Amino acid sequence: MSKEPVVIKKKKEKTFKDIVMEKLPDGGNLNACLTCGTCAAGCPATGLHGMDPRKIVRLAALGMDEELKKTPWAWLCSMCTRCVYACPMNVNIPQLVFNMRAAWPREERPRGILRSCDVALGTDTCSAMGFPVQDFIDVVEEMLEGVRTQPGFEDLQAPIDKQGAYFLVNQNSREPGTEPEEMIPLWKILHMVGADWTYSSKGWAAENYCLFLADDDGWKEITRRAAEAAEELGVQSFVNTE
Amino acid sequence: MESIIPYYARWIREGKLQVSSEWNKNLKVKFTVQDPCNLVRKTFGDALAEDLRFTLKACVGEENFIDMNPSMSNNYCCGGGGGFLQNPYKEERIQYGQKKLDQIVATAADYCISPCHNCHSQIHELAEMAPHHWHTLHLWTIICLAAGVLCRNERTYLGDDLREVNIPEWDETEFL
Ligand code: SF4
Ligand code: SF4
Repeated sequence: MSKEPVVIKKKKEKTFKDIVMEKLPDGGNLNACLTCGTCAAGCPATGLHGMDPRKIVRLAALGMDEELKKTPWAWLCSMCTRCVYACPMNVNIPQLVFNMRAAWPREERPRGILRSCDVALGTDTCSAMGFPVQDFIDVVEEMLEGVRTQPGFEDLQAPIDKQGAYFLVNQNSREPGTEPEEMIPLWKILHMVGADWTYSSKGWAAENYCLFLADDDGWKEITRRAAEAAEELGVQSFVNTE
Repeated sequence: MESIIPYYARWIREGKLQVSSEWNKNLKVKFTVQDPCNLVRKTFGDALAEDLRFTLKACVGEENFIDMNPSMSNNYCCGGGGGFLQNPYKEERIQYGQKKLDQIVATAADYCISPCHNCHSQIHELAEMAPHHWHTLHLWTIICLAAGVLCRNERTYLGDDLREVNIPEWDETEFL
């Protein structure tokens, strides 16, 4: 009988959960789940496609990676973070879901989100509707003409690229794109309080679909463009209007 | 990055933004509000939710505001977020929204204020399926109404009940 101790070779491959945990602060506490079900009880996506957040964490814990990477539920969780807020162990389910989305080959991710991200990346304005700078300038001009006919708003300004303004204001592209008159109440408020504000011609669009697409490079690029515009204009504050 | 909502509240407190809820004193139109996940739970927390309520109450009257249950950081996502509106799972999105629909119906509010564009689209769509219909409004619309500067042609999302309420005396436009 050999006196050598028996060594059990432990060549365990990393699971999907292990990889995700390496990316998250405190590993997203993905090992801390008590299976209490609080997350599932308060999640509006519970039951869709027979899935819920507690089950997702179980799949991850059990290393059922194929199921995790395939389930369309990744697109049915809105990453709203209500589960984390309620979870006694602070298990970061939405970040797990974000990484599940990222595990889908890019071209197989939902086409609407993919298109919105690509369109935004392809235009200076970052508009997911592909709204170009000149059209934005034109529509603002046209709306301004109308509102300036109203008493008290004759000098209302809606500047684009005003250097050194205090606020840089963004706008969801759906307003200039499909319901431009919805911009007017916002302008009126800014006018009445005497705010010193401006839009930027570049990166004014408030939406960021690359984030929903789980395209890390894409959403950082969109954010970078908006931040760059703020820096170039030397504003004090970047204000999100939605 | 800041949100404009705390500024609305501040401008009202400082008297720079003069709103009044007088118009709703007798009408008693009821309002509730959605807490956008991205603004409240994910970023600025209950402080922003409080400013949102302060602003809305100043515009519609404290007694005409009915909160959702649960609310603020505990509120449910409407189902318009996370790219839901751009993905092909429409049926699932509506099922997801059922919780929000039930919450709004329980308030019996005539209007739901949605300060975020995604929420606005989703909540507007949910109203079509609700047993009692509500109207979905941006926050800036109700602020301008309460400030007496909302013209007829800026009232697309208002219901018939508010089409002629607090119209600026100089407004000669027509309802769009
Ligand atoms: S609430 Fe947290 S601990 Fe409870 S089942 Fe969900 S993830 Fe696990
Ligand atoms: S983040 Fe996803 S899993 Fe968590 S409560 Fe929201 S929809 Fe449910």
